[in-house]
Amino acid sequence: MAAPKKGRRPTGAQGRPGRALAIILIAMVALTAGMFLTKQTTPRLGIDLAGGTSITLKAKSEPGKPDAINETNMTTAVGIIERRVNGLGVSEAEVQTQGRDHIIVNIPKGTNEKQAREQVGTTAQLYFRPVLAFADGAPAAPEGTPSPSASSSGAPKAEGSGKPGAPASPSSSATSQGRVLSEALKAPAATATPSPSASESKKADDNKAPAPTPAPSGVEAAAADLQAKFAALDCTNEAQRAAAGKGAKPEDATLACGKRGNTWGKWILGPAGVAGTDVKDAKGVIDSQRGQWIVTMQFTDKGADKFAKITGELATKQMPQNQFAIVLDGEVVSDPSVSQALTGGNAEISGGFTQQSAQDLGNMLSYGALPLSFSEDSVTTVTAALGGEQLKAGLIAGAIGLILVVIYLLVYYRGLAFIAIVSLLVSAILTYSIMALLGKGIGFALNLPAVCGAIVAIGITADSFIVYFERIRDEIRDGRTLRPAVERAWPRARRTILVSDFVSFLAAAVLFIVTVGKVQGFAFTLGLTTVLDVVVVFLFTKPVMTLMARTKFFSSGHPWSGLDPKRLGAKPPLRRSRRTGSGSVTAPVDAKEA
Amino acid sequence: MSKLGDLGARLYRGEVGYDFVGKRFIWYGVSILITITAIVALAVQGLNMGIEFKGGAVFTTPKTAVSVARATEEAQKASGHDAIVQELGTGGLRIQISGLDTNDAAGVKKQLATDLKVTEADINADLVGPSWGDQIANKAWTGLAVFMVLVVIYLAIAFEWRMAVAALIALIHDLTITVGVYALVGFEVTPGTVIGLLTILGYSLYDTVVVFDGLKEGSKDITKQTRYTFSEVANRSINGTLVRSINTTVVALLPVGALLFIGGGFLGAGMLNDISLSLFVGLAAGAYSSIFIATPLVVDLKEREPAMKALKKRVLAKRAAAAAKGESVDDEGNEAGDAPQVVAQGRSGRRR
Repeated sequence: MAAPKKGRRPTGAQGRPGRALAIILIAMVALTAGMFLTKQTTPRLGIDLAGGTSITLKAKSEPGKPDAINETNMTTAVGIIERRVNGLGVSEAEVQTQGRDHIIVNIPKGTNEKQAREQVGTTAQLYFRPVLAFADGAPAAPEGTPSPSASSSGAPKAEGSGKPGAPASPSSSATSQGRVLSEALKAPAATATPSPSASESKKADDNKAPAPTPAPSGVEAAAADLQAKFAALDCTNEAQRAAAGKGAKPEDATLACGKRGNTWGKWILGPAGVAGTDVKDAKGVIDSQRGQWIVTMQFTDKGADKFAKITGELATKQMPQNQFAIVLDGEVVSDPSVSQALTGGNAEISGGFTQQSAQDLGNMLSYGALPLSFSEDSVTTVTAALGGEQLKAGLIAGAIGLILVVIYLLVYYRGLAFIAIVSLLVSAILTYSIMALLGKGIGFALNLPAVCGAIVAIGITADSFIVYFERIRDEIRDGRTLRPAVERAWPRARRTILVSDFVSFLAAAVLFIVTVGKVQGFAFTLGLTTVLDVVVVFLFTKPVMTLMARTKFFSSGHPWSGLDPKRLGAKPPLRRSRRTGSGSVTAPVDAKEA
Repeated sequence: MSKLGDLGARLYRGEVGYDFVGKRFIWYGVSILITITAIVALAVQGLNMGIEFKGGAVFTTPKTAVSVARATEEAQKASGHDAIVQELGTGGLRIQISGLDTNDAAGVKKQLATDLKVTEADINADLVGPSWGDQIANKAWTGLAVFMVLVVIYLAIAFEWRMAVAALIALIHDLTITVGVYALVGFEVTPGTVIGLLTILGYSLYDTVVVFDGLKEGSKDITKQTRYTFSEVANRSINGTLVRSINTTVVALLPVGALLFIGGGFLGAGMLNDISLSLFVGLAAGAYSSIFIATPLVVDLKEREPAMKALKKRVLAKRAAAAAKGESVDDEGNEAGDAPQVVAQGRSGRRR
């Protein structure tokens, strides 16, 4: 504590308290204005306060694929889960990765929790299925159950080659559509050719042998059923869309919805020819020659065989049956047509991709190749009523805590307490507006632990003032008048505040990085308020203190100012120069004399 | 309060002082005793791990007329597992069923809704798989280790390694006490508790850092004088920052206390309560350890330094010489062994 030399300025803000105050005032006004301009006047509430369901999933590492849990796969998984959850017709569902291997799914209140959990928990399923029929998304004419028995026997028909291609336009009559369908549906069953195998991955070795053929009669019934459903299916309806391809086994024909450009389409799809697990790699890349985005696929050895086979079949057919659909979780994400058998394990899909859509499809295909399965770690359902109660309890606790702190400060520090209280207020305004803005900015949601963190932070913030005030009082006890005391106390208090706030911040940062879910909210709030504490003390409390030191009330040591030299037991100045002979040891030299 | 303010002044001037450093072995003893108690309690009783660590479900119902005993019975019947039921401040029930699989929980929830005559949608469910707690615990340990390493490095740079070591020991001491209290009282350990525990890390050190900062300042240029030994200076530093320590601790405890009682009163057990309970215990322990353990430890480490030994020799020699001359010397805070001192003052600096 080398005594500061005369004229040395311990702090830059000292001489110009107005500037620091202006900065923080501008910051406050800007944040508050930002809050109102973006209409984010309240922090976004977490599921545990707003009500809803929160599901924490953990990626399980698959044997033999230790590297499968990586950032790319997790991000892809998040994308897929998001699609699924939003497929439930939920808006504002949020899915985010947390930590290395967790995904948190927050579904706001009013959702079917059971359905959500089913959708979220299962592994993504990606299949390549031959297209049997296609129509626009809206339901066709009501007469949707035509004669599937038209050709009742299981007699093998030639593949769809001779048939009129199923019209790709809604204008086709329901009957003709139905007939084509039943034909098309029978084809795979009877000839067993288009689908290489019933359960693709396990039985991949049996590829060469004809796949087991289901009983034709079953196929007939299923075909009739499918046609009826296909006709009635309205893909523009979210609920129907979600239900369309649900629960379809890979070896069965199925219905599916999907987007084609900007409109919904619906499909009848044959048994899966290739599974997502057969794809080794896929990417959206730009084809420099044609200057367009394409998706390249690379198959595994088994996958290449299967793909060669299915494309060989499809290439001989006409629209739309020369197409295969890439189906992710029952939804058609792409339906490229095939003009030739693609052997060799490499293929590309081109046509009408944007960079985004090509890369998305590439991700999806790759993701199918790297299946991550998830286990449900925790599921929390909170009704809005309880959430509201918890929030209320938290806010009441915060208010009471704040009042107690204010009372304590007032009783102990008197006039000084007002500076502390206003500083706390400034801190509160900054915290609140930043939280509100972060709701939109980074998806910050105020959850119960975060509220808790904010309340705990009242103490941390007040601590800094105490450190500073005590320093000032110590200086006054040494016989200084207020103005020099305020300035001399600051560099020392500043150091203590910075060191201890750094420790708090370190704790919050570590907590934030290593934890998952709810805990993060707590750590985040704690970290945020610690940073704001430093900002407020530097830019507000200190400058205000400097200004206040100029007022008569404080500088004269009014009994209610909290800085009354008598009350503080200050030595009358000049009575003795206390620092002689003691080096710089703080300990008073004149502690005792005979 | 002005009494305390006055005390602050007298502490600052060294008129009043408690010999924390001299009596450190008493406090070491107390802490060792507490630590042993904590370890024994932990070994014998173990911790009462919450559902989150065992796997299970916690259901919270809205206000219902069904009695706790009835509800317990129904819950056990519905789930086939043990159930603990508490009544909440709101009139609702909190039903804890351990060992319940997340898959079975939906059925149990439905059954409970029927039995307790509330709608299913009004029941909150918190379902956790048994591995969830392990993960939280693992992450907590990781966090603890990372934090300790970082903080020791930081303190070693900001202060010196002796202070870093002392702070670390004080920190471990605080955590032990907190865990011990949990084992002893049988409070339930939940993820909220773990959060609280991790937060204590920062807080406990906050207090310690404030005291160390005073010590660092006080002991600067210490070798250039011969009036005080390091331990005396350390003791003065503690006394000088005592009011600050008390105030920061009180101010930190007030909101946490409010959280503890309001959270508990309103909602029964829950996240708010869990975090604040462990914080409350940890904060109190942290304040104690920063004064009674951390600083004395620094003294013990520091007094081994040759420079400090030499200083002590010089100081004692000077005092002996002065005593021989019959002068009254500043002998207060004479290393170990002095009683708490309230030194009467001859001068009239304290009019009121």
